[in-house]
Amino acid sequence: MFELGIVLILLIIGYTFGRLAEQRHYRSIIRREADYRRIPVFATRHLPKDLEPGIKTTLVMGSVVISVDYFKRFLAGLRALVGGRMKSYESLIDRARREALLRLQAQAEQEGGEMVFNVKLETSSISKGARNTVGSVEVLAYGTAVIKQRPPDRE
Amino acid sequence: MLMTNLESVPGRTIVRHLGLVQGSTVRAKHVGRDIMAGLKNLVGGELKGYTELLQDARQEAIDRLAQQASAVGANAVLNVRFTTSSVAQGAAEMLAYGTAVELD
Repeated sequence: MFELGIVLILLIIGYTFGRLAEQRHYRSIIRREADYRRIPVFATRHLPKDLEPGIKTTLVMGSVVISVDYFKRFLAGLRALVGGRMKSYESLIDRARREALLRLQAQAEQEGGEMVFNVKLETSSISKGARNTVGSVEVLAYGTAVIKQRPPDRE
Repeated sequence: MLMTNLESVPGRTIVRHLGLVQGSTVRAKHVGRDIMAGLKNLVGGELKGYTELLQDARQEAIDRLAQQASAVGANAVLNVRFTTSSVAQGAAEMLAYGTAVELD
């Protein structure tokens, strides 16, 4: 009975604070995504030919570790019994990926880059939670930032 | 040491190809961070301690990659890739690898 009470309290704490944190995070992601639209990110492996003269490139990356809250982990445990979409992990990975890309863009801007090419995303589950649930994921985004020195042969 | 994950460097030609170079490190997390992360696990959100830990580890992998590249006489590493794998409970391996080349 006592243990059940503790689990219930943990679930309530996880639900309220987890929801608040997620909403706050999504708001900040959406705001910063609009802000960083000035630094486009491409997945193409080659630079456009007309861009090539007079530029510098540098490696930039962004990474984040995000964990899911207790309530969602509990839900996911139930979901694993019947199968189907695991919404709680979908939003976790979505948040992590978008955050990693934003940090990549932030670093690119810091280094004076104007756009980022050949962006790769890598996801890994670093700490296996209790009973092999996902728990927390790390997402790394990396790419090559292009720093324009001065447009050559154009005023 | 010029590093890029493109396959060529714009405006420069590759003079010599020096083969694959790599740098890796295995890092364990420590208890203090673990306790904080355990608490954070309850409410969800970013685990800043782990983010920093992995960034440090990745930087070390990159440094070792650069070291190995300069040891073979390269001045650039092209097509750099990163991978992460967990080798044991609570430890992660970071690997960075790429092609060492000499540019003119």
